[in-house]
Amino acid sequence: MTRIDGYGHALDRTRTSTVTVNGRRYTGHPGDTLASVLLAHDVGAIGTGVKYGRPRGITAAWTEDPTGLVQIEEPFPEPMLLASTVEITEGLVARGVNGQGRLAQVPDHARYDRRHTHCDVFVVGAGPAGLTAARRAARDGSSVVLVDDRPTPGGTLTGTERIDGKPALAFVDDVVAELAAHPDVTHLQRTTAFGHYDDGFVLALERRTDHLGSEAPAGRSRQRVHRIRAARIVLATGAIERPVVFEDNDRPGVMLASAARDLLHRHGVLAGRDVVVATTTDSAYAAALDLAAAGARVQVLDARAEVPPSWADRCAAAGVAVTAGTTVRGTVGEHRVHGVLVGDDRAEMPCDLLLVSGGWTPTSHLVSHVGGTLAYDEALGAFVPGEQLAGVDVVGAAKGTFGLAAALREAGGDDAPTAPEEPSTPSLVVWRTDGDPSRQFVDIARDATVADVARAVGAGMTHPEHVKRYTTIGTAHDQGKTSGMLAAGIIAELTGRPITALSPTTFRPPFTPVGFAALAGCQRGELFDPVRTTAIHDRHVRAGAEFEDVGQWRRPRYYPQPGEDMTAAVLRECVAVRTRVGIMDGSALGKIDVQGPDAAVLLDHLYTNLMSSLKVGRVRYGVMCGHDGMVVDDGTVLRLAEDRFLVTTTTGNAAHVLDSMEEWLQTEWPHLRIRLTSVTEHWSVFAVVGPRSRAVIARAFPGLNVSNAGFGFMTWQDTGLDGVDVRLARISFSGELAYEVNVASWYASALWDHLVAAGEPEGITRYGTETMHVLRAEKGFPIIGQDTDGTVSPHDLGIGWAVSTKKADFVGKRSFARAVNHDPMRKQLVSLLPTDATTKLPEGSQIVAWCDDGALPPPPVPMLGHVTSSYLSAELGRPFALALVTGGRERIGEVVGVPVGTALVPARIGGSVLVDPEGARRDG
Amino acid sequence: MQLILCPHCGPREETEFCYGGEAGVPYPDDPSVLDDEQWARFVFVRANPKGAFTERWSHAAGCRRWFTAVRDTRTHRFLDVESIGASQPPTTPRR
Repeated sequence: MTRIDGYGHALDRTRTSTVTVNGRRYTGHPGDTLASVLLAHDVGAIGTGVKYGRPRGITAAWTEDPTGLVQIEEPFPEPMLLASTVEITEGLVARGVNGQGRLAQVPDHARYDRRHTHCDVFVVGAGPAGLTAARRAARDGSSVVLVDDRPTPGGTLTGTERIDGKPALAFVDDVVAELAAHPDVTHLQRTTAFGHYDDGFVLALERRTDHLGSEAPAGRSRQRVHRIRAARIVLATGAIERPVVFEDNDRPGVMLASAARDLLHRHGVLAGRDVVVATTTDSAYAAALDLAAAGARVQVLDARAEVPPSWADRCAAAGVAVTAGTTVRGTVGEHRVHGVLVGDDRAEMPCDLLLVSGGWTPTSHLVSHVGGTLAYDEALGAFVPGEQLAGVDVVGAAKGTFGLAAALREAGGDDAPTAPEEPSTPSLVVWRTDGDPSRQFVDIARDATVADVARAVGAGMTHPEHVKRYTTIGTAHDQGKTSGMLAAGIIAELTGRPITALSPTTFRPPFTPVGFAALAGCQRGELFDPVRTTAIHDRHVRAGAEFEDVGQWRRPRYYPQPGEDMTAAVLRECVAVRTRVGIMDGSALGKIDVQGPDAAVLLDHLYTNLMSSLKVGRVRYGVMCGHDGMVVDDGTVLRLAEDRFLVTTTTGNAAHVLDSMEEWLQTEWPHLRIRLTSVTEHWSVFAVVGPRSRAVIARAFPGLNVSNAGFGFMTWQDTGLDGVDVRLARISFSGELAYEVNVASWYASALWDHLVAAGEPEGITRYGTETMHVLRAEKGFPIIGQDTDGTVSPHDLGIGWAVSTKKADFVGKRSFARAVNHDPMRKQLVSLLPTDATTKLPEGSQIVAWCDDGALPPPPVPMLGHVTSSYLSAELGRPFALALVTGGRERIGEVVGVPVGTALVPARIGGSVLVDPEGARRDG
Repeated sequence: MQLILCPHCGPREETEFCYGGEAGVPYPDDPSVLDDEQWARFVFVRANPKGAFTERWSHAAGCRRWFTAVRDTRTHRFLDVESIGASQPPTTPRR
């Protein structure tokens, strides 16, 4: 046990928690991380590396750790978290990751949510610079959001520093209290700004419950994604200490100097008793002295030729031996470090902990996310933020401003707190020392070595982006936080190019891994996408409907009776409609109310046929094409008045049609006097269809003249029912006598019940979209988007009759004159009848020429087209299909082949109308 | 995610907008007098400059109005926005 009294400001030592790691139980305190608990119990190796299976321990104390990966088992399985970032709670169960993690096999019942925030100033990082910047903005009266990813504010402050003449942590407490008193300041810890996007937009992940364990309030979301839009952003993200690459630098017991210092002050953990500190820079001396003061035997190896005098004096006073001009070449030990190899003669120096510092790399990820440039700083041996981004300030270590006093000045301006100036001596930039390159790990998380980089460079790759992809350096959980800069330096060395000539790899969000569950938030399951239901959805549910999704609409597909499958139910519904009467909820149909003196002008231009000649009281089928002459939508148009039309669209295309109408009105013909209103939800529409539909309508609306003479095909009439306006239209999508009954959706349930009751004596049958599809296909009516794919003209569909030859122009007309539209070998809509009369051809099947031996010839086989719709027909007593076939109408009567599985199924091409081709049924 | 300045509503998130392609490509006065190549040019061919590009946008999830914007295609920065209005002489649709 290496817990040191008098240290551990993050701990609550009055309480204990027990965790289980790799099957062993360990005791810690609230405020501990898994890493601090394991190190407090002298645990070295916790898992193994991904490629070579070498032991791995804990290298760093926060998100930059490339090695300390754990799999959480309890309370909820999560793969590949860092022991250094997992706060312990009672009962936590984890194990070290051996190679790769494992996703949970059980559903995640935790809640995740998101919150939108707008503010004047958004500050990332609650270290001394970030706190100071937030305080300054708050004092200026700005609305401020301050986030920091650690459990407590203060950043890398250890508590040994002094700010404004008082202990640094007291300064932190004071600033936090001052911020909390501002009504317009939001301060969130355990919140990682993980993505920075254009115009001051930042995504941040707040971890809200894991650290509370069983004490988490019920109903609190586990994680929250904050979507923050700020007028100004202050990045005070600090810096990440960089190691130096040497032989066997992956061995447990090798750690960043700052990590050991952090563990000591935060958690009271002394990570080693016999410590070697290998450094190229001043900052590691503070770690050496702190560990010595806590009771460790410490020796410092400084790569620089001379030891900085102020540190030399302090080390001498503390009994810390310092050797200048010396580097570590390797480590010895099995599952953890037992000694280091030092200098050119590789002399072994025993130790149980090797602390490394190769300098500091500013944490510039959030600068890079929005396209900010980075520039190489020779003195730091690191890339630092380059050109200033509009609305983004970088302060403190993140900008390369090291030293507490300087960072505070940069963040605080006139209002800056003060700290004692520390003398600093230049660092030496060292990427690696001499040794066997195949055992020098550049990216320990990826098991990628100097030899791998050399191989990449030898293969001709010189840009860090290329080397990254060849070696996978920088692609692990840590995204190269400690290795990226080393890789760039080593590439420069190996290629002989100056590092200033290299651009570093681009950092991309997220800064740290973010669970998909957090990104999805509440939008899971039923809430994944809005579901639109019609006004009488409850009626369909009660009738036992099976539903299908059509766009966002959930429509009844069929209504199975006990014991029926879909096939049986649809056949029964089809028979009912063709022989008696059926009723369908068609309310999902898109509807647009087009009003104004110029309404007919617009419709004439958008539909291929003439709409201005439509008389009030009548209905016309219309087709819309794009400029290229290909069908984009179809539907019916009711002329309600001289200056008013009700346009219907396909269910999934209503918004698109409305958009396109608005675009014409606003961008081409703004002078047209027209108003467009989507009325899809306002009107419920029920289709009453079949030879007995007239009797049903007559019974439902006793005053209405339902005779063919009084109420003709493709006309509409208004009537009333108990004082409620009802509009009926004789429109048929099945070829049968049919009425569409429209009512304001408020009255939909009553009308539906009324129609069903009126239909009972006739045996009225509810039917769904599947039956509707079969019935329309039997009549050769295409469904735009199913039988078409954006390359199909009205002529290809056999509805050239709906294309006006009188109108001077309409959208698509000029394209019909192009030669390609007159090619007789265009694909055309035809029917296909499998000659065996039993095979239902799968939709999407390819169509090829029939071969006499009944076998598919070896490839390449020319394709003649494909099956667009395919059903069983009760009326025909067999399966049938619609298909787009090259020169289809010329081929009527011809037998083609359809590969189904391994068989080639023969099918005969026919005209597209298979039922009642003479149209005798539509008037009953 | 960018902010786009709607000339009617002010700055709004880019997800509220729909792109409408190059601006200043009016529907021809009389398509029937165009030869196939001229028509195809109208239907299919648009400029694709590197740099400032004048294009149409619609604030589809907001005021639903179309406007003209000048955007730098290299940086996606909007250099200018302007509502579509009286500055454009209307063309008379042919019946």
